[in-house]
This record gives sequence, structure tokens and C-alpha cells, in this order.
Amino acid sequence: MYGGGYIFDESASTELDDAKKLEAFEARIEAGEKIEPSDWMPAEYRKQLIRMIEQHAHSEIIGALPEGTWITRAPGFKRKLALMAKVQDEVGHAQLLYSAAETLGKSREDMINDLISGKSKYSNVFNYPAETWADTAVIAWLIDAGAIINQVANSKGSYGPYCRALERICTEESFHLKYGHDSVVFLATGTPVQRAMVQDALTRWWKPIMHFFGPSDKISVHNTIMMKWKLKMASNDDMRQKFLDMYVPKIWDLGLNIPDPELRKDEATGKWHYTEPDWEEFKRVINGDGPCNRERLAVRKMAEEKGEWVRRALMKQDERYITPLA
Amino acid sequence: MKENSTIKSLDPRITRADIPKDGQLSIDIKPLDQWQTYEVFHQEKKGDHHSHVGSLHAPNPEMAFLMAKEQYARRGRCVNIWVVKTSDIFTTNFEDEDMYTTNDDKMYREAGGYKVMDRINKYKKEHKKKEAVK
Repeated sequence: MYGGGYIFDESASTELDDAKKLEAFEARIEAGEKIEPSDWMPAEYRKQLIRMIEQHAHSEIIGALPEGTWITRAPGFKRKLALMAKVQDEVGHAQLLYSAAETLGKSREDMINDLISGKSKYSNVFNYPAETWADTAVIAWLIDAGAIINQVANSKGSYGPYCRALERICTEESFHLKYGHDSVVFLATGTPVQRAMVQDALTRWWKPIMHFFGPSDKISVHNTIMMKWKLKMASNDDMRQKFLDMYVPKIWDLGLNIPDPELRKDEATGKWHYTEPDWEEFKRVINGDGPCNRERLAVRKMAEEKGEWVRRALMKQDERYITPLA
Repeated sequence: MKENSTIKSLDPRITRADIPKDGQLSIDIKPLDQWQTYEVFHQEKKGDHHSHVGSLHAPNPEMAFLMAKEQYARRGRCVNIWVVKTSDIFTTNFEDEDMYTTNDDKMYREAGGYKVMDRINKYKKEHKKKEAVK
């Protein structure tokens, strides 16, 4: 659910690849064919795909933490069950995505090590805290909505195992979106205290939501090869526009206030105007200096350490690792 | 002292766990830490073929089944699941896919290798001529 704002390498060099094979490979993508794990692919395609799917998987795992914060104190049993189901879905999505990334030759153990050491990134939004129950409602509705826009686009990409994982994930996301919308509507149509609570959460989360799709096209390296290879299916700004178009009217419908005085739709161009998000802050947070980066990784580290004896106890002598097939 | 060196979280469970703020990973996550992989096949309804849906990590077939149920049969239809160790599957490469194409010299194995209409038409034409001569 949580894929968005991937960080790609800046350059994509194809110099070292076999020109004929590259031509055939690009022709297949152009024709809408899917690339499968045992097919020939440019080294740069493999590298960028591993990075992208791995970031997505880490985002699902770490993304479970802010929402998980409120499981023990969910208001009522029904909401507790629903939130637990959603958080379990997210962890399941990570499993599907790690498996898809592994087909490209990076082991799950390497990915876990790179997450904990800080070498691999995950979606920036999860470095912010869920301060109240209403934050989980806003996350479940709007962050999941953003993720769905991104994932539906990427499920039409070129790499077979990633597309298939995304299709399965999107099916599950539809419940998250409805659940999140229901939770926000309940608070927004409730008592003045409940309304104030959801308004506060929206105000807090608007900045991370605007950051979610990644840096503006004006400043991010416009990587034509990523588009040509169908690794990236839409530009960051295009996805942000699509999100605003779909969800701002729904937010305004509830009489909630979005903390951006510049936010309006230009009827002539059909495009949304908004205050340019602070991309310096985005960079600072993704590189480790956000409100929760340290906690998120410390919790992940603790989970690996505390689970080690279980994993070891179940290990068998004759086990051998084979890269998953598809 | 301890107050400042452990993580204080909005999640009380995390605060109670006394996790050090700056600790390094104390274990070495080596290959096979996450066990071996299994491939998962599921059947949407009785009478269908089982189809491959993806892979997972598990220490044994029973655990692989439990994980498969959670990961691949959580939503939508499923009546049956197979799990198979990835290392037990023998496959060919897509590069060798030409081995599956039917050669022209094996057309005797195909329905399309039998063309009778030309002979039938020829026979009918000649037969009619003979009839006419009589």
C-alpha cells in the first residue's frame, strides 16, 4: 500500500550492455510484454528495480508502525479488529514485495540488513508520528489513497513479478481506503471534540501527504529511461495532481480545512495550485533526520533480534537458498 | 540515565521494551536466516488447474502452507493450495523457448497437417466429368 516517492539513482548507463539484446528488450517493453526473472535485462534495469521494489517492501513493514501505535488503544473492539487486519495486510504486502525483489537476485537477508543499517530507504511519511487515533484514520484514508494511485500506475509496468504482486496488493488496499474514509467521516461528522481531533490530524499530515509522491518534476532528475523501461509509469507531479483532483473535494465536502492558502484548482488548465512542499525537509528526513527515523529502525532492529532464536530453532541442516522463480 | 538512553514512543509497548536509542544490530543476519523459499500454487475453484501465485520463505512445508494461506488466500477465492520447495522445481530458461515450437517436419502431429479438401474437390470434379461422359 505504501509505495510512493521512490528514490532512483541519478544516472542510468547502458554502455556496457549488449546493443542487440538491449534493442530486443526495449522492443518487448514497447509492445507491452512483461519481463520475467530469467529473461535478459540491462544491469541498470535490474539495479533500479531492486531498489524500487525493496524500498516499497520496507515502506510496508515500517508503515505498519505508525498505525500499529494505536492498536492497543483503538476506540472499541470493532475498530481494533479492523485496524489489526489492516496492519497485518501491510506486513503481508511486504512479504509479497520482498519475494518479487528476490527474483532479481538480492536475498531477503541482504535487504533486511540494508534496511536496518540505513542503506536502503523507505517512504518518508512513516518518519512522522501518529499522535492521536485520528492520525491513523487520516493515514488509512489519504496515505493509502496516494499509495493506490501510485500502485495502480506501477501495476502496468514492465516487470512481471512486481506487477502481479501489485495487483494482489491493490485488491487488499480497497478495504483500507474504505475503512480509512469511514473512520475519518465518523470523526468529522461527530462531536466538536472529534471534529477538532480529525482536523488536527489532517493539519499535521498534509505536509507528509504532499511529500508522498516525491520531489517536484522541476527539481527531480527527469529520468526518461525509467519511463521508457516502464519502471516509472507517471511523473511525481502528475500523480500528485491526480491525488489532489480525487481527494481535495472529498476533504472539503466534510468541511475540513486543508492547511495551504494557495490550494485551488485552476479551471482553465485543470491543474491544482499549491504551495511548493519543502523539499529540503524531505531530503533531510529521508536521510535520517526526521521525528521518528531513529525509533522506526530501532523497533525493526529489536524485532529481528528478538525473533532470532525462533528462526534459528526452526532452521534445518539441509536447507539451501534458491532464488524464487517468478 | 536509562530515561534518556531508551526510545520513548507514543506506543506504550515500545516504551516498555526499553530499546536503546543508538544500539547497533547485535546479531548477524546471514544467508538462510529467513529460511529457504517455497513456490505457491493455488486453485480458485474446484475443477481449475492450480496456478502459480508467488513464493515465500518458510522452514518447513507446514509453515509454508500457513504463510501461503495468509499471503495468497487472504482475499478472493481459493479452495486449495500447493506449496513446493523452490529447489525441487526443475525449469527451463525463456532463452530456450524455441525447444517448444513445433517443427515443420512434425506437422503429421497436428490437425492442420492434414489437408483433404484439395483431393476431395479434385475427386469430385473428375467424378462429375466421368458421369457426364456416360
